[in-house]
Amino acid sequence: MSFRRLRRQTLIYLAAITVGVWVLVPIVFIALAAFTPRRELLSWPRPIIPSHFSLETIQFFLKATGVLPSLLNSVWVALMTVAITLVVGAPAGYAVARFFFRGREAFRLGILMTRMFPVPLLAIPLAVTFIRWGLYDSLVGVAFVHAAMGLPFAVIITSGIFIGVPKELEEAAMTLGCSRLGAFIRVALPLALPGLAAAAMFAFVLSWNEVFASVILTLHNRTLPAQILAGLRGAPLDFRFVGGFFMAMPALLFMFFIRKYLFQMWGGVAER
Amino acid sequence: MKLRKFLRTDTLLPYWLLLPTLAYLLLFFLFPLVSAIGLSFRTPEGRFTTEYFLRMLNDRLFLPALRYTFFLALTVVPLQVITALAISLLVNTRFVGSRFFLYLCVLPLGISDLAAGLIWLSIFTRHGYLNSILYSLGLIERPLVFLSAENPGWVFMSIVIAEHWRATAIVLVILVAGLQMISRDYLEAAEVLGARPWQKFLYVTLPLLKPSLQSALIIRTIFAFQVFAVVEALGGHMVPVLASAAYEWYAFYFQRHVAAAYAVIIMAGSVLMTLILFRFLRMRREMIRT
Repeated sequence: MSFRRLRRQTLIYLAAITVGVWVLVPIVFIALAAFTPRRELLSWPRPIIPSHFSLETIQFFLKATGVLPSLLNSVWVALMTVAITLVVGAPAGYAVARFFFRGREAFRLGILMTRMFPVPLLAIPLAVTFIRWGLYDSLVGVAFVHAAMGLPFAVIITSGIFIGVPKELEEAAMTLGCSRLGAFIRVALPLALPGLAAAAMFAFVLSWNEVFASVILTLHNRTLPAQILAGLRGAPLDFRFVGGFFMAMPALLFMFFIRKYLFQMWGGVAER
Repeated sequence: MKLRKFLRTDTLLPYWLLLPTLAYLLLFFLFPLVSAIGLSFRTPEGRFTTEYFLRMLNDRLFLPALRYTFFLALTVVPLQVITALAISLLVNTRFVGSRFFLYLCVLPLGISDLAAGLIWLSIFTRHGYLNSILYSLGLIERPLVFLSAENPGWVFMSIVIAEHWRATAIVLVILVAGLQMISRDYLEAAEVLGARPWQKFLYVTLPLLKPSLQSALIIRTIFAFQVFAVVEALGGHMVPVLASAAYEWYAFYFQRHVAAAYAVIIMAGSVLMTLILFRFLRMRREMIRT
C-alpha cells in the first residue's frame, strides 16, 4: 500500500516538474538572451550561459530610435486604461453584486458576449472614426480602445470583489446614520480596495500587452508592443529578443499580485 | 425601517450605475461592428458594393490565410484543452506545493502574444537555443533551419508550440476553477460504490466539468481566430493568417475597406466556430443521455 502511494507521489512530482520546466525554460532563455553580449548572441553555437553578463544588448535596445518614448507611451496608455475601466466599470460591478434588478442576467450575458469580439473588428473601423474625431495617433485614443477591451473584465472582477464584501456591513452603517453613498465610501470601498487594486493591475497588463489595436490606431505615438511589431521585419534579432524580454518582465511581476483573483475572474471559486 | 427604504427607493440606482458601462460598450462595440460592416460593403459615396469583398477573395493571401487560421485553431485548441485538463487534474490531487505549481503554470497568462512569439523566436532561430542545445549534445553538426519559407510546416509547428505555451494557461485557470466547484461528495460516493479512478474521472469529474470545458473551448477558439502577433514574430510572411492579412491591407496597402472585410471574416469565422461547438456539445449531451 505504502509502496503504491510512494510510486503515485513520485509520478505526480515528476509530472509537475516536467510541466514546470516546460513553462519556465523559455522565460529563463529570454532573460539569458537579454544579458548576453550582442556578439555572443548572434554567434554559432550560441552559449546558453553567456561568458559574462552584460548590459550591452539591453542598452542597444533602449538606445534604438523610438524605444524609450514608446516605453513611456505604453505606461501612459496603461494608466489611462486603468482609470477609465475602473471609473466606468466599478459602478456596474457594484450594481451587479448588490442589486437584483430586471435585466441583470441580460446585462451579464452581454458583458460575456463582448469578450468574443475580435480585436480587428474593433480597431479597424475605430481607426477610421478616430481620424474624424481627431483621436487618431493619440495615446488617449489607444487608451479608449484598451479600456473597451478591459471593461468587461473590470465589471466581472469588481462584481466578484463586491460580492465578497458583506452587504450587512453596509446596511449596518446605514442604520447607524450613514447615507447610501457614505456607507459605500466608508465601509465597502476600503474593504474592496485590495481587490480593486488587482482589477487595476489586470487592466494595466491588458493594455501593456495589447498590440493589434495599438499598431492600427497609431503612426508615430507608438506603444512599446506596436513599436516593436512595426519594426519587426527590419529589426536585428538581438533587438527583438530584448524587446520580448522587456514586454514580458513587468507582466510576470503583475501576475504575482493578481494571482489570487485569476480564478474569481473566470467564474470560479476564489481562495478556498 | 432604513433597510426597507434602501431597497425601495433605490430601484433606479442599479440602472444609473450600469449606464456608463452600457454607453461605453455600445460606443466601442456596437458602433465599430456596424461601421465595420459599413466599411466593407459601402463605397465612400455610400453605395452598396461587393467590390471590397471580391478584392479580399481574390487576394493571393486570402485562401492560405483562411486555411492556416483554421488549421492553427484546430491544432492548438484541442492540444491546449487536453494539456490543461491533465495539468488541472494534477493540481487537483493537491500535492504539497500544488499552489505554487499552479502559479507557475499560469505565468504565461501575463505574457503578451508578441512577447511570447519573440521568446520562442530566440529558441527557434538559426543560432537559437534549440539549435545550440542540439549542437552541444552532439546531435547536429550545422544549425537546422526551422523558420524559413521553404519549410512552412516547421514554421507552423513553431507557431503551434509558442501558442500552446502561451495560451494553455487560460484554459487551465477555467478548468481548475471548475474542478474546485465539484463537490468532493460525488467523488466519495463514487468511491463507496466501488468506482475505479478512471471511472470516477469518466463518469463523475468529466460530466461535471463540462460547463467549464465548454467555455474554455469557446473562449480559446475565438481567440485562436484572431491569432496575430505570435505569427508575426515567428512567421512573418511565411505563414499568413487572417488577422495579419487585415493588418497588412490596413497598414501597408492603405485599403481600410478590404481590411474591414477581413475583420468581418474573422468575426464571422469565430461566430461560426462557436455555433458549431455549441451544436456539437449539445448533440453529445443527448447522445450520452439516450
